Amino acid sequence: MLNTLSLQEISALLESRECRSRDVVQAVLESIGKKDGRLHGYLTVNAEDALVQAKVADEARAAGHKGQLLGVPIAIKDVLNVKGQPCTCGSKILTGYTSPYDATAIARLRAEGAVFLGRTNMDEFAMGSSTENSAYGITRNPWNPDCVPGGSSGGSAAVVAADEAIAALGSDTGGSVRQPASFCGCVGLKPTYGRISRYGLTAYASSLDQIGPMTKTVADAALLLQVMAGGDPADSSSLDMPVPDYRASLRKDLKGMTLGLPREYFVGGLHVDVERRVQEAIEVCRGLGARIVEVSLPRSREAIATYYIIAPAEASANLSRFDGVRYGFRAAGAEDPIDLYKKTRAQGFGPEVKRRIILGTYVLSSGYYDAFYLSAQKVRTLIRRDFEEAFKTCDAILSPVAPTPAYRIGENTADPLQMYLGDIFTVPVNLAGICGLSVPCGFTADKLPVGLQVVGPALGEEAILRVGHAYEQATQWHRQRPGSLS
Amino acid sequence: MADDKTQSAKKMDVRYVANLARLSLTDDEAVQFQGQLDHIVEYFNQLRALDVEGVEPMAHATPVQNVFREDEVRPGLDRDLVLKNAPEHSPELIMVPTIVE
Repeated sequence: MLNTLSLQEISALLESRECRSRDVVQAVLESIGKKDGRLHGYLTVNAEDALVQAKVADEARAAGHKGQLLGVPIAIKDVLNVKGQPCTCGSKILTGYTSPYDATAIARLRAEGAVFLGRTNMDEFAMGSSTENSAYGITRNPWNPDCVPGGSSGGSAAVVAADEAIAALGSDTGGSVRQPASFCGCVGLKPTYGRISRYGLTAYASSLDQIGPMTKTVADAALLLQVMAGGDPADSSSLDMPVPDYRASLRKDLKGMTLGLPREYFVGGLHVDVERRVQEAIEVCRGLGARIVEVSLPRSREAIATYYIIAPAEASANLSRFDGVRYGFRAAGAEDPIDLYKKTRAQGFGPEVKRRIILGTYVLSSGYYDAFYLSAQKVRTLIRRDFEEAFKTCDAILSPVAPTPAYRIGENTADPLQMYLGDIFTVPVNLAGICGLSVPCGFTADKLPVGLQVVGPALGEEAILRVGHAYEQATQWHRQRPGSLS
Repeated sequence: MADDKTQSAKKMDVRYVANLARLSLTDDEAVQFQGQLDHIVEYFNQLRALDVEGVEPMAHATPVQNVFREDEVRPGLDRDLVLKNAPEHSPELIMVPTIVE
């Protein structure tokens, strides 16, 4: 049952030599073998390679080496480059691609001894909120196999919740770490823009993308952030600022903290059980000594429109590199380079990626740039100002992660806009470049997990981890495990 | 603002925009995307109701404006590893269809 333990618990057992990395990796592989046929959280698992990495870790420990993650198996969203492993981004266009280098975040985990055991499923190029846009099949929600796991990091959320990994990495451009964490009942952290280097993270929308940990506990998320955070010369948008001791912030309670509730977020449209669980969570925080105040984020109303202009605009530029020339899939029978690009992209991309490329190209095109793209950038400024105002009167903001729990597979696929509207509480955080955490806060009547979102100002990770950890310790929702697959 | 109104009334030509993005579409895709994207663009029009006159546009979230480093020669990726990912290559080059006759 080693696979059911948290990262912190596994590290302690490894450190005290009560178990070996090989035992942990084997337990995780067994769990994958038992459940992942149905769940499909992983795109690839290289068992042999993982066991070799475990052996190396065990030998290193025996030789006296230490590492915060020495021998701990971690699952990686298929959008992050791990040298020698595939990186398809859930797309046919990257079939057969092997990463020639490590992403900086991966290199930092590797330096602490992490074992990279497999690649998790995702919406193609991280475009989606349900993992139904993967070119390699859907992932199921471990709590109810008829429901989606959320997205785009649905594979990472599902394997953590199903104990098919000790922890995982995801990426969050508009909620892709926090929303699947909420749907699957695990912890998901989107750090401040620039806190973790994006080098080696396949770009979707460069001004919004952040790598984030997906874990069983808030303390585990703090540990992974600790290892990955910090400036990087390979990513000039990374923040070269001192990295605080995040785990120290977990030792503080909520006394003296002020938590804000955005009045615009609790005005209907919320699933009744989501609203109840979040209201109960707010009361728990109040009981722990936090002062609760109302704040206002008026421009959140325009956040979806703003996000779905800016993100596709950036994506249309970023995805121009997938043209059948340098890597991945190339369409046959092309007559000239332009024909090669068009046919490769037509055959290699799925429908949602095509929609967003067209949308992004449109909002950047002559005659529409001012009306759409420039307006969206200005509204983005207003959204950031709303948060700056709010954080003058509170230390962190509490809200739902998503207006609904996990929905049924296929329920939202016909109407893209309907799917986009589910991102209402998460996209403002990316647009403002600030940080957010999703923490399990109970279940719906149908036993689907609900997530509480804790949002902090830029570089406010200590505050949100403190709130998340204190809440988690008081409630123990994170100890609940899905039974639907066993 | 009069110009903006005219633009909003005019629908996106999906095939034209797809061509700009170097994407060929099937007839079915063109019809499906046209409907879905019209619906989405119509939703975007809510931004027009906001007064953003004089607001500074925000392109990215960090205060960093530029980053400089010394112009030094540094190793790049291993050529063989990079070529392995190319769909078609010679021992030293990535191959593409003829560009110039």
